Amino acid sequence: MLNWAKDPELQVQHLTMRFGGLTAIGDLSFDAGRKQITALIGPNGAGKTTVFNCITGFYKPTEGMIKLKHPDGKEFLLERMDDFIITQKAKVVRTFQNIRLFSGMTLLENLMVAQHNTLMRASGFTIGGIFGSGHFKRAENIAIEKCKYWLDKVNLTDRADDAAGDLPYGAQRRLEIARAMCTDPRLLCLDEPAAGLNPRESDELNKLLISVRDDHDMAILLIEHDMSVVMGISDHIVVLDYGRKIADGTPNEIKNDPAVIRAYLGVEEDEAPAEIVQEAIARPMPVAPVLKKVSPQKPALKEGGRK
Amino acid sequence: MSVVPKSNSNSEETKKLTLEGLAKDLVGTAILTFLILTPIVALRTQIGQGVITIVQKWGLVFALTAIVIGVRLFLHLIMWSDTPLSLAIRSFAKWIWQLFLKYLLLPIATIMFCRIMLQFIWPETQTILRNFISLFIGVMVGVAQYLYREHLDHQAVTTGTSQSLGEKISQNVAPLLLIFALAFPLFTYFHPIWDKRVMDLAVYILIYIMLGWGLNVVVGLAGLLDLGYVAFYAVGAYAYALLSTVYFPQWLGTGILPWAFYISLPVAGLLAATWGVILGFPVLRLRGDYLAIVTLAFGEMIRLVLVNWFSFTNGPQGILVPKITFFGLPFKDAPGSFSDFFGMPFNRIHFYIFLYYVILTLALVTYFVTKRLRRLPIGRAWEALREDEIACRSLGINTTTTKLTAFAIGAMFGGFAGSFFAARQGFVSPESFVYIESALILAIVVLGGLGSQIGIVFSAIVIMGSFELFREMDFMKAVLPSGTEPIQFRMLAVGLAMVLMMRFRPRGFVTKREPTVYLKEKKSVSGDLVAEGHG
Repeated sequence: MLNWAKDPELQVQHLTMRFGGLTAIGDLSFDAGRKQITALIGPNGAGKTTVFNCITGFYKPTEGMIKLKHPDGKEFLLERMDDFIITQKAKVVRTFQNIRLFSGMTLLENLMVAQHNTLMRASGFTIGGIFGSGHFKRAENIAIEKCKYWLDKVNLTDRADDAAGDLPYGAQRRLEIARAMCTDPRLLCLDEPAAGLNPRESDELNKLLISVRDDHDMAILLIEHDMSVVMGISDHIVVLDYGRKIADGTPNEIKNDPAVIRAYLGVEEDEAPAEIVQEAIARPMPVAPVLKKVSPQKPALKEGGRK
Repeated sequence: MSVVPKSNSNSEETKKLTLEGLAKDLVGTAILTFLILTPIVALRTQIGQGVITIVQKWGLVFALTAIVIGVRLFLHLIMWSDTPLSLAIRSFAKWIWQLFLKYLLLPIATIMFCRIMLQFIWPETQTILRNFISLFIGVMVGVAQYLYREHLDHQAVTTGTSQSLGEKISQNVAPLLLIFALAFPLFTYFHPIWDKRVMDLAVYILIYIMLGWGLNVVVGLAGLLDLGYVAFYAVGAYAYALLSTVYFPQWLGTGILPWAFYISLPVAGLLAATWGVILGFPVLRLRGDYLAIVTLAFGEMIRLVLVNWFSFTNGPQGILVPKITFFGLPFKDAPGSFSDFFGMPFNRIHFYIFLYYVILTLALVTYFVTKRLRRLPIGRAWEALREDEIACRSLGINTTTTKLTAFAIGAMFGGFAGSFFAARQGFVSPESFVYIESALILAIVVLGGLGSQIGIVFSAIVIMGSFELFREMDFMKAVLPSGTEPIQFRMLAVGLAMVLMMRFRPRGFVTKREPTVYLKEKKSVSGDLVAEGHG
């Protein structure tokens, strides 16, 4: 169970991110294990998405180290790499809180774009492809097979040739996960994948994530407010509050952690009986008012890329 | 077109149509009109014998005011009120208008088009014959359209599906256009009087089609707004001009000159692509408006360098360059020329036909290469970049090289076209590469529908062809003020066309995007979903 401590895929050490005088993340350290789902939870504004932006290279952390280790022993220091190099070489891929699909392209095209680097090499950096090399044709067929596999996995095969912008919300979320998976990631970072999904859809999402974890030798990092998802599928939970880690452990440990209870319910532990709090956290929907509140999105700040 | 101005603050009063309100409104209108017209129309200065006199035209002002009041009254009574009579009149007018759009618009347009084209290609016939032929063709088109619509309605009822006429045409239009383009010079055989001008016009249009296709890579696919595209056109033209007049004689001897075009064509393309990359680097981080301004400045910079670097480019006087040859055989009435070699009598038309096929080949290369690129990973990355740059980066796509390749490939085609332009003209000067050329090419791309190659063919024909048509429209002189030529109104007409298009077809002629790959069925993507790019 303590896979993340023994053989971590991702090691975050002393990560600090400051925006001017504001410390969004302060001295955060945690590990994410291979073949495990690690959830990053915390009230709004706790700095979860900032952690993601640091891991995926959209922000350069002020201090600290982010180390990714592939099973073959290759190590990458993510804080020193550009965002697209991180996906290309270190195989870290993310999804976005506000879905970012190529809405004017079909589902299949979306998944093909995700395999850009593989296909680019196969096409001899376009030169071979222009002259219709057989090598590229074969590579393209393999790529389409992979698209089919993932479309099947997220239940969207029937709509493969429709525009991504035409899909309903839940399907767009699943497509974004499929698109991310088409890059063959070692680490998949999901930013609130269950936001806006109905209970049935988030149930399907749970199954999908578990099957991704079990069938593919990779780590999953998850930001989520929906406690039914978090408690149902994560192997390891890291709790953030005001940019600092307040707890780290298995779901059961987290449920009973007094610091978490305080952060989520804002009460002293002796005022609220532990059973009520446990029940509250384990309930399908987020309970605490701080959790329910959906802060207005600030995409320019959150995902505006590097300036 | 909603006729009731709902957001209008006084629509409540006008709807009730009280006599008092109406009178107030009309008096207000009259006073306002009178005040506006007084300085503009009533008091006009006239210069005569060194004195400026004021000519007063009060009668005209009263007449115009009366017209405005009449229109306002009409709007109040018919358009803005909901009395049974006005409702009836409105719905009747709407019905007539829809009938017109459905059945009469196409025939009337056909008649006008035929009439102008006949004037153009068959001027020696009698006017009445031309009128009759146009009318006949128009009526036939109208009948065909009616029958086809009936058939479609019938089909829609029986099968539940229908494919619009536009869709059917657009599916098969590319091969038809290709056949037409290949066979086009044949007509010179039948009409020896007009052929040179028509062939020259066709060459001219094809240059713009090619430029449109080149710019389409940057603007339509990658979504990077480039207002300085003409710079690459200039680089190509000057590359050929300088290589053929200065450097080739120096390096390779004068014997190479007949071949100069064929050797400098790839060089010009490469040079233009290099300049594309040079432009690309500083603008990598820019988006939208900022990108547009920098590219615009870049276009002007190239032109100003051409004007001012006298020792290198010969400044505004330009450079005389050798014209294109038939693979080493010049087109002239002399031994060793094209006509001499093939034992034909000398005719200027050979030159024009050859030019036509050269630019057609270049344009087709552009078309097929771009089409191919769209289906390769690089093309998909361009389109993905247009859709969402951040998502691209998150998928490991190097957006820097993706943007630079788009600039380079677009510029390369511009360079080819520029090189051809110089070889056709026999002369280059900075005059040919002003900003308005960039704007025209961009207008062609936008009018065609961003990203659509076939749409660009149509818009290039419409825009560039209509310029020439204005020259031919002598009958317009009857309505125009004396001393003006119809050709002077061409930019006005283009502007009007753009405004109308933005109103009725804001996404251009072709609004659908064809997917580059499909599993079961190729479905086009509606233009509403496709991003326009943001820099």
